[in-house]
Amino acid sequence: MDKFTALTGVAAPLPIHNLDTDKIFPAIYLKTIKRTGLSQWLFQEIRFKPDGSENPDFVLNQAPYRNAKILIGAENFGCGSSREHAPWALLDFGIRCVIAPSFADIFYNNCFKNGILPIKVPKEICDELMEDAKKGANAVMTIDLENQTISRPDGERVHFELDAFRKHCLVNGLDDIGLTEAKNTDISSYEQKARLQRPWQFGMTQKEA
Amino acid sequence: MPQPRTLFDKIWESHVIAPQGEGTYLIYIDLHLIHEVTTPQAFEGLKLAGRGVRRPDKTIAVADHNIPTTNRKAGAAGIIEADSRLQVDTLERNVKEFGVPYFPIDSIDQGIVHVIGPEQGLSQPGMTIVCGDSHTATHGAMGALAFGIGTSEVEHVLATQTLIQAPAKNMLIKVDGMLGAGVSPKDVILAIIAKIGTAGGTGHVFEYAGSTFRDMSMEGRMTVCNMSIEAGARAGLVAPDEKTFAYMTGRPHAPKGAAWEQALAYWKTLPSDPGVTYDKEAHLAAADIAPHVTWGTNPEQAAPVTGRVPDPSQIDDPLHRAAVERALQYMQLKPNTLLTDVPVQRVFIGSCTNSRIEDLRAAAAIAKGRKVADGVTALVVPGSGHVKYQAEEEGLDRIFLEAGFEWRDAGCSMCMSMNDDKAMNGERVATTSNRNFEGRQGKNAKSHLMGPAMAAAAAITGHLADVRQMG
Repeated sequence: MDKFTALTGVAAPLPIHNLDTDKIFPAIYLKTIKRTGLSQWLFQEIRFKPDGSENPDFVLNQAPYRNAKILIGAENFGCGSSREHAPWALLDFGIRCVIAPSFADIFYNNCFKNGILPIKVPKEICDELMEDAKKGANAVMTIDLENQTISRPDGERVHFELDAFRKHCLVNGLDDIGLTEAKNTDISSYEQKARLQRPWQFGMTQKEA
Repeated sequence: MPQPRTLFDKIWESHVIAPQGEGTYLIYIDLHLIHEVTTPQAFEGLKLAGRGVRRPDKTIAVADHNIPTTNRKAGAAGIIEADSRLQVDTLERNVKEFGVPYFPIDSIDQGIVHVIGPEQGLSQPGMTIVCGDSHTATHGAMGALAFGIGTSEVEHVLATQTLIQAPAKNMLIKVDGMLGAGVSPKDVILAIIAKIGTAGGTGHVFEYAGSTFRDMSMEGRMTVCNMSIEAGARAGLVAPDEKTFAYMTGRPHAPKGAAWEQALAYWKTLPSDPGVTYDKEAHLAAADIAPHVTWGTNPEQAAPVTGRVPDPSQIDDPLHRAAVERALQYMQLKPNTLLTDVPVQRVFIGSCTNSRIEDLRAAAAIAKGRKVADGVTALVVPGSGHVKYQAEEEGLDRIFLEAGFEWRDAGCSMCMSMNDDKAMNGERVATTSNRNFEGRQGKNAKSHLMGPAMAAAAAITGHLADVRQMG
């Protein structure tokens, strides 16, 4: 996973409430067995017309936003399906940061696993950032993860909160599985204890009990 | 005196292995359900890193999303669509290579992953259960902490049998009283979501309590828990009780003999302690819940079937008004239209929400001796091979076929239309599934969520209908 320390780029406004992961990445394209190259299907239904041509009204089809690295979203961003194809497609498009007043839990987790930083900010601040994002080529923001700040186009800095462990993993580009494997002794001793307390739960899928 | 704890607190605390950073913990996973859509990249990750599956004995695989609901004798080779076949082939190759137990698609044990977990006795009280699928919340009906995860987390569980998680908050959803005639568990959960909103449960785990849930069948509890995620909660639980234990008894993978007694004693310690407090609560009276249908493009946009399509001009909040306008535009509905005046062209009875035997019985009771309206295509897709078999034993298949419904093999089917079952040309669908998102059931498909008897009533009348008027 790529490290995330600081990011400067154009922020695109996407003021859609309850933006679900079906809208970010429609189910019919879930048939892929790869996690790369998925941006071709990102926001398929709203980004393209029925004939396959681009919908010029959609923000990511407009010149300064084609290179957007940041999305400014609305409440309950990423709700619905658990599909990680949604963050994979965002990442493939070049999005490394999503800012919204609230996120659905599974989408929020999935972002961190892929080096995308989801930032929760109070609604009033998000509304201001949304206005900033409408400034086209001037909608450039800088995310400083180490200091936990968003620099607005006018230079003002906004602080954001983030769980320390998640920050640590992002800043260092750490692989969760590797970290967990380092705790193998703890896992094994838990398993020994659980096997005594709940023996019927072991071997359960391999044969009929 | 020890602090009173909720059902969730008890399961959570008994599964913490160690703290992992500030506010996050490494927790143990008792059961991992996997399917073909959200695992290919996880297995690929394992291979690239030279890792194996830590506990195949706590992992079970099934293909459900992509598979056709006809011609199943041919197995994976019978899947016509190349990408779908590749995904199922990939799962079959991976389970073989990694030694993971698998229910093949031509087996009677095959079914929708959230139907077969409880059916096989794999999903048990007090467990942590995960699956790369947001409707994993279904298994909470067994009194298990069950939630959906992404593919990176699937890989993490395959490799380590653990997950890194922050504890959720507790939210009590209390419903008391008897449901009226014609009111189903689906109506209860749609009414809950309409009340608290699609993000009402974010960061929380629901505990469904009160006499309505105590009186509800296990199948009904599964329908309710299934849609917890549609209110933003990753998991929803019902305390295990005598109904749960009776349901578990004799299931293929449930404990037997002395192990059963030991398990039962453990399960009885799980319900929330008296006097426990919750971080948030919502209360509803069963008597106030009417049969519901959705009119919009998320599950919160629901109303009693006796109601009308909302009028955006009556909504003050500009964002809310814009969301309703957008939904009505997509759904091609005019404000103030009577919901029962909305015609449908397609009906889907199935999905992990409503494809169990009780659901099929409820739909068949309405279909019996009647005919599907002209111009309506109606599909019944059982949740598993066993549900299908039982329904046929009871003669439900004949009732459906005589009424003009199609009777199919088990799978996810038109819930998200990854197989060949989909709404065509923007058709309007009465569906027992869980999401009415734009385009989910086919390009420009207009989905109305409802319970199984209500969907059958829509098929018969050709429009959204109040099942209570069907006699």
